[in-house]
Amino acid sequence: MSDTATTNENLHPGMNLGYSGDAEHAEVTVFGFWTFLMSDLVTFGIVFAIFATMKDATAGGPGPAEVTNLTSIAMQTALLLGSSFAFSWASLSMKYHDIIWRTLGWLAIAATSALGFLMLELYDFYHMIKEGAVPQRSGFLSALWALVGLHGLHVAGGLLWMAAMTGQILKFGLTDQIKSRITRMGLYWHFLDLVWVGIFSMVYLAGVA
Amino acid sequence: MNFPFGRLEWSDLKPVHLFTHEFSIDNLVGSGAAWMVVIGALAVAVLLTVMGRWGWLWREWLTSVDHKKIGIMYMVLGFVMFARGVAEGMAMRAHQTTALNGGVLSEEHWAELFSTHGTIMIFFVAMPFITGFMNYLIPLQIGARDMAFPVLNQISLGLTATGAALCMISLVVGKFQIGGWTAYPPFTGSTFDPGPGPDYWIWAIALSGFGSMFSGLNFSVTIYKMRAPGMTYMRMPVFVWTALCTSILLVFALPPLTVAAFMQALDRTLGFHFFTNDLGGNMMNYANLFWMFGHPEVYILVLPAYGIFSELTSTFAAKRLYGYTSLVLATMSISVISFCVWLHHFFTMGNSATINVAFGIATGIIAIPTGVKVYVWMATLWRGRIRMTTPMIYMTGFFMLFVIGGLSGMILANPAINWQVHNTQFIVAHFHNVLLPGLLFGVFAGIHIWFPKAFGFRLHETAGQVTAILWIVGFSLTFLPLYFVGLMGYPRRSSGFEDPALLPYMYLTLFGALLIGCALLGLIATLWISIRQRDKLAVPLGDPWDGRTLEWATPAPPPPWNFAVIPHIAERDAFAREKVDGKPFVQPPDYKDIHLPRNTSAGMIMFIATTAFGFGVTWWMWWLVILSVLVVVGWFFVTSFIEHDEVTIPAAEVRRHHNAWIEAISLATPVTRDHETDSRNRGLADTDMVVAS
Repeated sequence: MSDTATTNENLHPGMNLGYSGDAEHAEVTVFGFWTFLMSDLVTFGIVFAIFATMKDATAGGPGPAEVTNLTSIAMQTALLLGSSFAFSWASLSMKYHDIIWRTLGWLAIAATSALGFLMLELYDFYHMIKEGAVPQRSGFLSALWALVGLHGLHVAGGLLWMAAMTGQILKFGLTDQIKSRITRMGLYWHFLDLVWVGIFSMVYLAGVA
Repeated sequence: MNFPFGRLEWSDLKPVHLFTHEFSIDNLVGSGAAWMVVIGALAVAVLLTVMGRWGWLWREWLTSVDHKKIGIMYMVLGFVMFARGVAEGMAMRAHQTTALNGGVLSEEHWAELFSTHGTIMIFFVAMPFITGFMNYLIPLQIGARDMAFPVLNQISLGLTATGAALCMISLVVGKFQIGGWTAYPPFTGSTFDPGPGPDYWIWAIALSGFGSMFSGLNFSVTIYKMRAPGMTYMRMPVFVWTALCTSILLVFALPPLTVAAFMQALDRTLGFHFFTNDLGGNMMNYANLFWMFGHPEVYILVLPAYGIFSELTSTFAAKRLYGYTSLVLATMSISVISFCVWLHHFFTMGNSATINVAFGIATGIIAIPTGVKVYVWMATLWRGRIRMTTPMIYMTGFFMLFVIGGLSGMILANPAINWQVHNTQFIVAHFHNVLLPGLLFGVFAGIHIWFPKAFGFRLHETAGQVTAILWIVGFSLTFLPLYFVGLMGYPRRSSGFEDPALLPYMYLTLFGALLIGCALLGLIATLWISIRQRDKLAVPLGDPWDGRTLEWATPAPPPPWNFAVIPHIAERDAFAREKVDGKPFVQPPDYKDIHLPRNTSAGMIMFIATTAFGFGVTWWMWWLVILSVLVVVGWFFVTSFIEHDEVTIPAAEVRRHHNAWIEAISLATPVTRDHETDSRNRGLADTDMVVAS
């Protein structure tokens, strides 16, 4: 609680905050964000569970094998994991170098990679629509579109956030406030990666197995 | 009539029905209610204009991020909706006295009434009440200046108000859904009900659900991270413990509801097949999702009320709470087990006997910690110096009635019995029997205890006692007969009945409902009388009940910064110990500048934008939907570029305010508990409590 100001050095190894007052505040906001992620994880968990109960509800329509393009999925996975990897470098450069452009560069790579992921995902969706695998076709497809779409919306929201962060870094520089925000954004980004690993294995790999 | 009004037609405006439709009582009730909303809103607007209070309302309240003001606004919202919920309940009881082979209201209108009544009472009365209490009390009781996220707190209020507003709008424009507060598809799906009703429900629930989730997040982070130095977990007041457990439940239990509501929206609006009858939809998924939220929700609502009862017993028995640790463990156990019992809400919906038994046993187990609590409160009262004032009258009513409600729950936990009484009025009796005495009596008792803290004057004691007794008697006459009616086979949610033997019970419950109506008026009268006599009832020194927790160590009302200096906590009930040792209210050696967050219109912008969103989706006004999404996203985007500035209260100002209070205390005569309810009580207690026991 209040006496933690003296032991700040170990509180946020990833952030390297400059002075004591804000570190305590950052402690609160980062913890709050973890709590939000927990709640979001429950949301994803429930949509996963619904998908699991509906995976056989194809109602004579396209099944998992027909809607899975493993090549595209593999590329999407690589792009999203790559984006997460680039974000780690952005976090590290934020910690060790006070050079705005270095952090921004890594953020740009992360964003481009995630944008590629979204493009491929939309292309997959477009293909599914062309083949009649629309969510209105069956319970299975409803659940598939909802789960993958929910993740995709999260990624799109994250891209918007990244755009805002880029502007803020340019405006304010790497202040403690901005560092705290980037740290939270990083948590969000890696979290979405983990969810994608779940989708990749449970929806696509298990679907074609 | 497509752009800009979507599928909205002139004939959807219900106030017009009074003139365009053939006269009937049914039409009069429906259209009259719509008129009351319109006239009520206009009256408030006119009143604010005449009194020139718009600016005051905006600056002092709507844009404030002070947790105390936000808490009070939650209570006001809850009471507005409560008035509507009670009126609906009385209308239903009146209808039932005519319901032998028919009834004055149409079946659809009846169904709309019980659906809105349930939705409003749970989501927009009970939730705002407990959220209001948690908002007001958590920072004060843990020795903090505000919530961890004050702006988010205001946004939560805005989102809750959105849900309430959509419910109120549905009374005037179009209609609400008719599938009960649980809104089970496929009955509420687009095949059976393509109208706007289920959409109103979905968006009222989903949008306010986000608000509740963020409240839970905010409260739990505040309790985990913002406690005053020295306040370890086992030194926290019991109310804070219950608030913590409720907050954790909010964070984990709201997502299933949100997911269920969004999937239902996708089904209805975009033709998905989550819960439909055809093409692989599965309605049971909805039932599971809804009750995965719905059962923890019961404890979300009742745990803070337990917290109030705990503070109440120890304060008004002038004793330390007996069995603090057991109470904390019981609260935590309830939170965990509450996630393991949801299936008992649908024992009859095709689960295997094994599953039913497992959930039946879990339901039985959850009664144990609840029983522990009742014993803890009784043991606290045992040999205490009990003051039989209004809060204690509510507590007495709670003791007698809540135990009956809890035991009827134990009867229902047995799947074999549950099969017999399921879907009858027995269920209606049961959940009213736990929610009214459990939650509502706790809230009213809590209002009597903390109103003086919030506004600086006590509530009139005699008026309060009469109202409390009206509530207890009114409740008993309205809902206890329903146990018998249920056992006689009267199904719930049924607009009429054919057995004349039920009729006397219906008159009895109508009489009870009238008493509840009087009790509601009694609350208003209590407030009115108290405001008229506020000088006589004033308790500016802040401790009218010889309180034990930190909030009583502040003036009434507390300053925006709560504490001149953040207190250091050495033990549980620290303020009580200081009073017994004879050294409360010490002046600190020096004061520091205090930084508080500045007012913001975030909550109001979210309220307006999300209400427009919900209304737009309901009526297919897609331009409004897109516009409101752009406003919400754009607002967050733009404001993230603005640095949060703070208001600084100079140390001199803090010192002046604090010294004035300390000086007033040193000049005042403390009153003993015998004069607690007369005008000698200015908020300085001549302490009379046993700390050691």
